Amino acid sequence: MASPTTYTLPPLPYAYDALEPAISAQIMTLHHTKHHQTYINNLNAALVSQATATSKNDIVAQLHLQNAINFSAGGHINHTLFWENLTPASSPSAQPSSAPKLVAAISARWGSLEKFQEKFNAVLLGLKGSGWGWLVQDTESSALEIITSKDQDIVPAGKKPLLGIDMWEHAYYLQYLNDKGSYAKGIWQVVNWKKVEERFLSGVDGVFGSLAGLRSSI
Amino acid sequence: MSTTLFRTSQAARSALRAGASKRAGAMASTSFVRGKATLPDLPYDYGALEPSISGKIMELHHKNHHQTYVNGFNAASEQFAAAEAKQDIQAQIALQPLINFHGGGHVNHTLFWENLAPSKQGGGGEPTGKVKTAIEAAYGDFSSFKTKFNTALAGIQGSGWAWLVKDNETGQVQIRTYANQDPVVGKYTPLLGIDAWEHAYYLQYQNRKAEYFAAIWDVINWKTVEQRLK
Repeated sequence: MASPTTYTLPPLPYAYDALEPAISAQIMTLHHTKHHQTYINNLNAALVSQATATSKNDIVAQLHLQNAINFSAGGHINHTLFWENLTPASSPSAQPSSAPKLVAAISARWGSLEKFQEKFNAVLLGLKGSGWGWLVQDTESSALEIITSKDQDIVPAGKKPLLGIDMWEHAYYLQYLNDKGSYAKGIWQVVNWKKVEERFLSGVDGVFGSLAGLRSSI
Repeated sequence: MSTTLFRTSQAARSALRAGASKRAGAMASTSFVRGKATLPDLPYDYGALEPSISGKIMELHHKNHHQTYVNGFNAASEQFAAAEAKQDIQAQIALQPLINFHGGGHVNHTLFWENLAPSKQGGGGEPTGKVKTAIEAAYGDFSSFKTKFNTALAGIQGSGWAWLVKDNETGQVQIRTYANQDPVVGKYTPLLGIDAWEHAYYLQYQNRKAEYFAAIWDVINWKTVEQRLK
């Protein structure tokens, strides 16, 4: 039986308190070391169970595991993309001017960056339950779109994620309580526009990096 | 529960009293006023469920989260009534998810507050009588039932609820989970609901949700569960 890939928690590209005041150090610490780590632990465990089921030709067990694998793998992928598309407000990458091509495309699509942000925030606040808001690019038409994914669903095939915002309550509750509107507003201070521009100019696999294989398996 | 979910306005109540002597049919056609959903009072203080659930959580959960569902439901209902009046079927269909979400949030939280109680008001312990019999028939014993219920709670992927429900066809009880604010309707009657949204526990337990699920059993109001089973 071939042993499956073991996934590990990627280090944050900044300190836990580096996104304050938009996101508190306590939230970032729990979110990264506990929540993200739990998705990885559960993913690794599910992949071991799946390898066992596969070696026994137990198709029913494999099907039952798919749900847990999708959820945990999605949690790992989504959080990895999220950490990467944030950066301290003081960083030059936090300036929209570091994404000239994307901002031009956003302005062409929504009129202005501000109008896009208003629309994006309205979509975030419209989520019913846990989930994510995404700026994506359709891989066929190249059109930009704002979409949501529920729970830990990844963006669907045919859409390249450029920017992901976590709207699970654990992403903001300790700091913002039920005022998720303020979280959604504040997050724009710490968006890594340089990274979002890179994704805009890259192929789909480039966006997912070392998780491209995992992404195409779910 | 229906009496706590809706409270007609003062004007509507006067109209109802004024029409009380008339025949019900006539009254409905002349003085019907649409009732608005309102936030029910908690049957205990915010701090009364400590240490299982902190006073701060209870206050935010009741005054802010539950109130938002009440407001959202009333807003969606008004829009629905307007669409109905215009015979705009597409608009009525488009409003269904909002009605389900906010109406479900209102119903679920109302049931939740009622099926909790501080220990000094009888919360915790083990079910007796008909509830005990039904749980044992389905799950063997109370301890196995609790374990299965907690496993169901822990397995919810995202926001949602776990319920002990009665299957209206067989009369048997079972544990079921529901996503987001989906209400227990149709084939099942809700008996006991536990909120597994992160806002229900995060300020006190953070990511250690299993500790919340373990502690909630100290404040279950089994008397309410028994009344719902009847």
